[in-house]
Amino acid sequence: MTDALEILLNTSLWAAVLRIATPLIFGVLGEVLCERAGVLNLGIEGIMTMGAMAGWLTVFLGGDLWTGLAVAAASGALIGLLHAMLTVPLGLSQHVSGLGITLFASALSYYLYRLIVVVGETPPTIVAFQPVPIPLLSEIPFLGAILFTQTPPTYLALIAVAVLAYVLARTPLGLAIRMAGESPQAVEAQGLDPIAIRIGAVVVGSALMGVGGAFLTTAAFNSFFPEMVQGRGWICIALVVFSGWRPGKALLGALLFAFFDAYQLRLQTVIEGVPYQIFLMAPYVLSIVALIAVSRRAEVPEALMAPYRRGER
Amino acid sequence: MMRLERRENVPLTVVAAAPLAAILAALVLAAGLIAAAGVNPLAAYGQMLKGALGSRLSVTEMLTRATPLILTGLAAAVAFRARLWNIGGEGQFFVGALVTAWIGHSLGLPGPLGIAVLMVCGMAAGALLLAGPAFVKLRFGVDEVVTTLLLNFIVILFVGMMIEGPLRDPLAFGWPQSVPVDKAYRLPDLIAGTRLHVGLLVAIAAAGVVWLVLARTVFGVETRAAGLNARAAAFAGISLPRTIMGVALLSGALAGLAGSIEVMGVTGGVTTTMSPGFGYAGIVVAMLAALHPAGVVAAAVFVATVFVGADAMSRATGVPSFIADVIVALSLLTMLVALLFTTYRIRR
Amino acid sequence: MSAVLELRNITKRFGPLLANDDVSLSLAQGEILALLGENGAGKTTLMNILFGHYAADAGEVRVHGQPLPPGKPRAAIDVGVGMVHQHFTLAGNLTVLENVMLGSEPMRRLRSARGAARARLMTISQRFGLPVNPDVKVSRLSVGERQRVEILKALYRDARILILDEPTAVLAKPEAEQLFETLRGMTEGGLSLIFISHKLQEVMAASDRVAVLRGGKMVAERTTSNTSPEELAELMVGRRVDRPMRHAHAIGGPVLTAEDITVTKDGETRLEDASFRVHAGEILGIVGVSGNGQATLGALLSGLVHPASGKLTLEGRDVAHLGPRGLIRAGVARVPEDRHAEGVVGEMSVWENAVLERLRSASFSARGFVRQRAARAHAAALIQRFDVRGATPETRVRLLSGGNMQKLILGRCLATGPKFILANQPTRGLDEGAIAAVHEELLAARAEGAAILLITEELDEALALSDRLQAIVKGRLSRPVDVEAADARRIGLMMAGMWGQDDAA
Repeated sequence: MTDALEILLNTSLWAAVLRIATPLIFGVLGEVLCERAGVLNLGIEGIMTMGAMAGWLTVFLGGDLWTGLAVAAASGALIGLLHAMLTVPLGLSQHVSGLGITLFASALSYYLYRLIVVVGETPPTIVAFQPVPIPLLSEIPFLGAILFTQTPPTYLALIAVAVLAYVLARTPLGLAIRMAGESPQAVEAQGLDPIAIRIGAVVVGSALMGVGGAFLTTAAFNSFFPEMVQGRGWICIALVVFSGWRPGKALLGALLFAFFDAYQLRLQTVIEGVPYQIFLMAPYVLSIVALIAVSRRAEVPEALMAPYRRGER
Repeated sequence: MMRLERRENVPLTVVAAAPLAAILAALVLAAGLIAAAGVNPLAAYGQMLKGALGSRLSVTEMLTRATPLILTGLAAAVAFRARLWNIGGEGQFFVGALVTAWIGHSLGLPGPLGIAVLMVCGMAAGALLLAGPAFVKLRFGVDEVVTTLLLNFIVILFVGMMIEGPLRDPLAFGWPQSVPVDKAYRLPDLIAGTRLHVGLLVAIAAAGVVWLVLARTVFGVETRAAGLNARAAAFAGISLPRTIMGVALLSGALAGLAGSIEVMGVTGGVTTTMSPGFGYAGIVVAMLAALHPAGVVAAAVFVATVFVGADAMSRATGVPSFIADVIVALSLLTMLVALLFTTYRIRR
Repeated sequence: MSAVLELRNITKRFGPLLANDDVSLSLAQGEILALLGENGAGKTTLMNILFGHYAADAGEVRVHGQPLPPGKPRAAIDVGVGMVHQHFTLAGNLTVLENVMLGSEPMRRLRSARGAARARLMTISQRFGLPVNPDVKVSRLSVGERQRVEILKALYRDARILILDEPTAVLAKPEAEQLFETLRGMTEGGLSLIFISHKLQEVMAASDRVAVLRGGKMVAERTTSNTSPEELAELMVGRRVDRPMRHAHAIGGPVLTAEDITVTKDGETRLEDASFRVHAGEILGIVGVSGNGQATLGALLSGLVHPASGKLTLEGRDVAHLGPRGLIRAGVARVPEDRHAEGVVGEMSVWENAVLERLRSASFSARGFVRQRAARAHAAALIQRFDVRGATPETRVRLLSGGNMQKLILGRCLATGPKFILANQPTRGLDEGAIAAVHEELLAARAEGAAILLITEELDEALALSDRLQAIVKGRLSRPVDVEAADARRIGLMMAGMWGQDDAA
């Protein structure tokens, strides 16, 4: 018992929480942006996979890590554009399109990887992002090792939360995005184009998802293999509901989830006799429970999943 | 400025052409990727066809592969018609398989009776698994997409835990697998000397039953109404909770049956790798069939052809076999677009 | 007076339907023009083209002599055209201020100027006498308040030409009069107005000029002072359509009785201590402005909601907790408020819709299987008897016109010879011909002894069809009044909630 509690005092646990949370933060922010504008993006799992592959591949082929992230964002954006075109101007089922996108993007990323990389016994690796301690702040006891000694993409994630929260709440663009998710008719009646707004939101949101995937292959680990996203994308979908479609709460949800994941990993070494699968199951079970708990009070954007067709009688 | 205009009536030729156009478009798009591998796409597709349909053996392999796809395709079609987004086909497949191996290991009933009982058990397991998310959706309004999906991951972990633990096959060396189902309950071969088993007939019969239920029964009409206009259905006195739950039980049962038959007909036991994504591919099958039970059989044959053919093509040309997943996924997207054109036409 | 607005030769098609046929119109500075026509005449389509929601197939719009780029609401807003939609274009989850501000600032701006916007909104609000609270979520506002926000949206964007689509559909008489007073004040302040209406009295009272649309064509323009309601009515419909007359006859015993029924939803009381009694062979009319509990009353009698307290009996039997199926089996027929959303499944065929409510009865199913031949035959009989045009049993219901769809719905209800009929806004959105047909069927059912509860927003309809009337205001019902003892003025007051102590039910 005390072993289980002792883990909580370990800075490495909390540093891991932030590290594990990072791809989730990017993923949830991206999905929040899509859904706030009224589009459900079930392609997130595939987009994160594509981002993971594209980011890693760029570095493997000689690019630097930041270029890798940029390529991951671009690949996410492109796939997001496909989903946006299918669901917004064409108004196709957001559920089915998203599923198709996930299947497609995953398959495409595995195919391209296999095509370009010669696979031997073990998958090839790259030199990943290293933790960058922030001068002065990283010397603070306990907090310094946790919050201020992370890899650059983690800092980026935290900044992204603040930026998205600000844009949504305080800028004209943010108001337009929120309105597109509540009433595209209202958007049109005020002279704006709800279709363009929705497409833009999905593209940018998908770019964020791509970066989240790339974190897995350029910071958390340093190689790519099929199924490495492991359902994180789907967890992000659950976290979006849990976060009430707000960036600030999304950060909280991601951290909470990451805590349980990190804790579960360390508990395995301390608690004996329990099959490791039980520990691995815990995060998924937790997500379902959290979803049920919050569903009653969920304030869903009113026009989420309702396609908007101009001039249709 | 182009816009979409609703068609008044949809000619049958357009509806039938849609999946064909979709498949063609998918193949054309994938051809680009094959060319990127430095291989002539037409030659590659030729190899694919040869690999799947070129010999008696390969055709039986393809049909063996199509058998679970017909059932998971039916599962998805039944659910999607009612707007119940059952993405959990994979998990339902596995629980059906697990229950079949577990009970079938030492059931003690005569062969044919035992097979029937095990099929029912597999169906029950699949049905119960989907009943959970359905209940939670009805009672708490929780979106079933996430719950069914996350359950897939949970189930696969659970299966792994079972076959490394209580259901471990003590005689297996190397890769962990479950205790095998009793030999008496192995499905007889349809064609001797091949892997093709009578499960195919069961799957086709299931398609017939599903068609009958959807087209001719009160439940079928009520399901359709609930999926097309839930408010009007409720107004007419249709109980939405009962209908959705009925759909969930039927859909889950079909996917569970797929797993059960796969164990009894092909693998003999359960491993964590026995499904190359049958559940997810079932969704594509359902969409290509425009959610029609009859179309599901044809669509399952197409998808199976692509998968089986791709293995052969990969060996012959060096194109990564993932191209099969790409083609299947593309077909889903192109089919969506094709379906759009059956409902709308483009106007300036 | 110069024309601030001109529509020239506007033509618009939707598939086979010609919604606007070479329509021309002009609006002078400071004028109030009424656009009159029955349902389906093309008025809303015309105004949507003006505002840019649709682009016309032919013709052009000129504002202050300059042609307006078609299909762009932004262009219309930029030249000072504003629209108050019939179905408000507001987002319920956002505040009044946010709804009004949307689109008024350049997108590239890094910070919304909320304080300035709020001040500007309050100034405009005070100047035009339209009080609002800028920080309240729109979903919490009453219908009348929401309309104010919709108007303020247009004024905030400096509209000089204001289009109002059926502005009094959701207002009680006193509020409607207040609105027109406000609008008249606006024209004195420099605005020019067009309002769409199908109500003759309103058009006569509030407009300077009237333009009449019929079947997509502009058939007449009149100066209001030079015309009469009779002339306008005939221009609007183009032929003499006499609505069927109700004849007094002996009324039977009570069929449906409601005593002190209260219905709550989400913590709010939607219907409070409502009591009424409908007798065999009688039509009881429930009149009220939309949004006062009619939907809840309809849902109650359809079996979709149940009372928290009170009694509901059908021929003495307690039916308060029966669902739709139970009520149907007990002999209740229901015509829903919204035929598209609730009445039919558009993608299903006529025969499927005709029997959907009764699928589980022995007539249309056996051992779980649908008796398709019986169902198709029944549908064919309905089509024949109730004159449902453009339909065969196989036709997709979506393709039927509003009037024919309603006839089908009415037909499937009446074919069973019900004891009690709920007719909820049965003629909403229908043209004169269809309205007459519906009225005829309802009166015929009344003659056969059915007890009918008619919920309607149209006072004329209520007075023409009902034997007795009750007004519904804020979820409460007034005492019943015999139609002979009621005059339009008294009912109008009751609809506004002004009933004396002795009138309360």
